Amino acid sequence: MDRAPAAPVRRRPRGFYGSSNGKKAVMAVTGAVLVLFLVAHMLGNLKVFLGADSFNHYAEWLRTVGSPALPNRTLLTLAEIGLTVAVVLHMWSAVSLARRAAKARPVKYAARVKPQAGGYATRTMRYGGVIILLFVIWHLLDLTFGVVNPKGGEAMPYDRVVAGFAPDRWWVTVFYVVALAMVGLHLRHGLWSALQTLGLAHRYKALKTASTVISVVLVAGFVVVPLAVMIGVVK
Amino acid sequence: MNLTLKIWRQNGSSDRGRMVTYEVQDVSPDMSFLEMLDVLNERLTLEGDDPVAFDHDCREGICGMCGMVINGVAHGEQRATTTCQLHMRHFEDGATVTIEPWRAAPFPVVKDLVVDRSSFDRIIQAGGFISVPAGSAPDAHAVPVPKDDADAAFDAATCIGCGACVAACPNGSASLFTAAKITHLGLLPQGQPERAARAKAMVEQMDAEGFGGCTNTGECTAVCPKGIPLDAIARMNADYLKTASK
Repeated sequence: MDRAPAAPVRRRPRGFYGSSNGKKAVMAVTGAVLVLFLVAHMLGNLKVFLGADSFNHYAEWLRTVGSPALPNRTLLTLAEIGLTVAVVLHMWSAVSLARRAAKARPVKYAARVKPQAGGYATRTMRYGGVIILLFVIWHLLDLTFGVVNPKGGEAMPYDRVVAGFAPDRWWVTVFYVVALAMVGLHLRHGLWSALQTLGLAHRYKALKTASTVISVVLVAGFVVVPLAVMIGVVK
Repeated sequence: MNLTLKIWRQNGSSDRGRMVTYEVQDVSPDMSFLEMLDVLNERLTLEGDDPVAFDHDCREGICGMCGMVINGVAHGEQRATTTCQLHMRHFEDGATVTIEPWRAAPFPVVKDLVVDRSSFDRIIQAGGFISVPAGSAPDAHAVPVPKDDADAAFDAATCIGCGACVAACPNGSASLFTAAKITHLGLLPQGQPERAARAKAMVEQMDAEGFGGCTNTGECTAVCPKGIPLDAIARMNADYLKTASK
């Protein structure tokens, strides 16, 4: 029997971000930033039920908030930069950790691995994140830049929403619902997981229930808008 | 009972390895899983074949030597049980049972089902200890410890270092093992002086060994024969972040 080789020793992690724990902490903090954005985004969307004027006025306010002390779009641009940085760091860390995980198990199990901890949402995190990224790209092209929107980028925000989710474009609504379900699963695991990563998790049962409730409420708040347009409640 | 076993055979670290099928007859439901493998090995020896190598020592669930992935689950599907304490009555007559070693780059296969877990030793060497000046033992009541802390520290200290957490983790992470030791020492007054340095050194060693990062799947704690809870990992993360912010 020959001796086992020494374990493949990797380079010692350099600095905070070099360590797996550091990358996880960055994912937790950037994730939290994105969740706060989602809450604000969801509440803003619901203005569509208050009518075209209310919704368009809100969209205009996002561009003029802070003026005249600050030029138009100052705060909005800062928020956009912050969110982009958060998304990039979140994804960069995720890819790096996924690669590390793949290297840690070069030989897979022959038997089908049976998950022992349940956690369906947990197993959707990586591919779900990719689906969410593709969705966000489509969503920006659709309602922000208007490239794939029937009304184009020059129309009023309310008109873009109504045209984008028109009944004959039902497949857009279906795509949004599926992608938002993915967001819900991502948050179901991500919310409590972020607290765990930052070392703040206690009382896991309550924490996981809270994660589920927040995810469901958030997703419901988002999904209701395209559905309302598709069935003609908002027109 | 009669069973069909599909066992990973690998003749040394340079061998590629393969799954080999064996039939075992007349297995008693009262046998432990390892005793069932003993019966197979006895036959293989008599037939002039190489017996299946596997780690074992105390066979009473306290030493941490044994461990194999049985039907895709570390230590088998029976919860809070080491392989040596798993009994054949939990299997059905005529069943096919797949047996594989722990799979992780930092746990290279030595032979068949035996893996080298020295990487765990190096994590402990990095900081899983308390530096105390040697001398006469202090009186037992010299250092008061709150009862809750003592209980939680003891629960963490029940880790036997078997490596099932790594084997079960989809990321091949050693977080539960490392966190158990950090929790055990970090909760006790004697562990305070080195608490911050310990978390940093052990986490860095874990990374250097090539273990993956934790994604809080909870698979580790589900298969842990000692039921080490996930909050140990939260404590490790908190200690590590405190060090990093200094």
